[in-house]
Amino acid sequence: MNKIIEIVSSLDTNQVYAELSHPNSGGICVFFGAVREFTNNEQVTGLEFETYEAMALKEMNKLADTALEKWGLNKVVIKHAIGKKEVQEPVVVVGASSAHRSACFEACRFLIDTLKETIPIWKKEIFKNKSVWVSAHP
Amino acid sequence: MEILFFGITKDIVGSSQVKLDFENEVPKSVGELKMKLERKYPEFSKLSSLAVAVNSEYADDNVQLQTNDEVAIIPPVSGG
Repeated sequence: MNKIIEIVSSLDTNQVYAELSHPNSGGICVFFGAVREFTNNEQVTGLEFETYEAMALKEMNKLADTALEKWGLNKVVIKHAIGKKEVQEPVVVVGASSAHRSACFEACRFLIDTLKETIPIWKKEIFKNKSVWVSAHP
Repeated sequence: MEILFFGITKDIVGSSQVKLDFENEVPKSVGELKMKLERKYPEFSKLSSLAVAVNSEYADDNVQLQTNDEVAIIPPVSGG
């Protein structure tokens, strides 16, 4: 399988190297997104993610196919966690492997930027006294 | 018409799946559905964007709706 696409309840950060490793790949690039403690100086106690899973998996597959073709990658990984996540927990991972490093660096950037724009996943920031759906309002 | 709601739209509507009664004026297209929803839930028009998915694919305003379609309301996404 040249792509691994998953929605999970928690991310196993140790699996990714093995999943991207390939005899023709001299470069493997991985991006992890994690829960940050402060948003505009306000303390965040956690994030809560939800998804429209059937559609998210479909869109993640399209995204992987686009990157595989555009950069001639050997492997692609896209995984997103849903549910409640605490500060420092990993919530998303995208990774690409290719013959040389420039292709996988560029592909990785494209994967995370496009994921944030198109994949139907939503996050709520939980503060001490309130919670806010991120990006919902202008 | 059964509609799925996510994120902030789920909070506005108060449920993740709602059978909406449009009083015999069932919307025929995605654009019409959006207009009717914004009339019924004025909070929707305050959102940064509002997309609709038909059978789990993003659908433009001119896409026609069939009775058996799975229709979902997609507020601004914020994964990652």
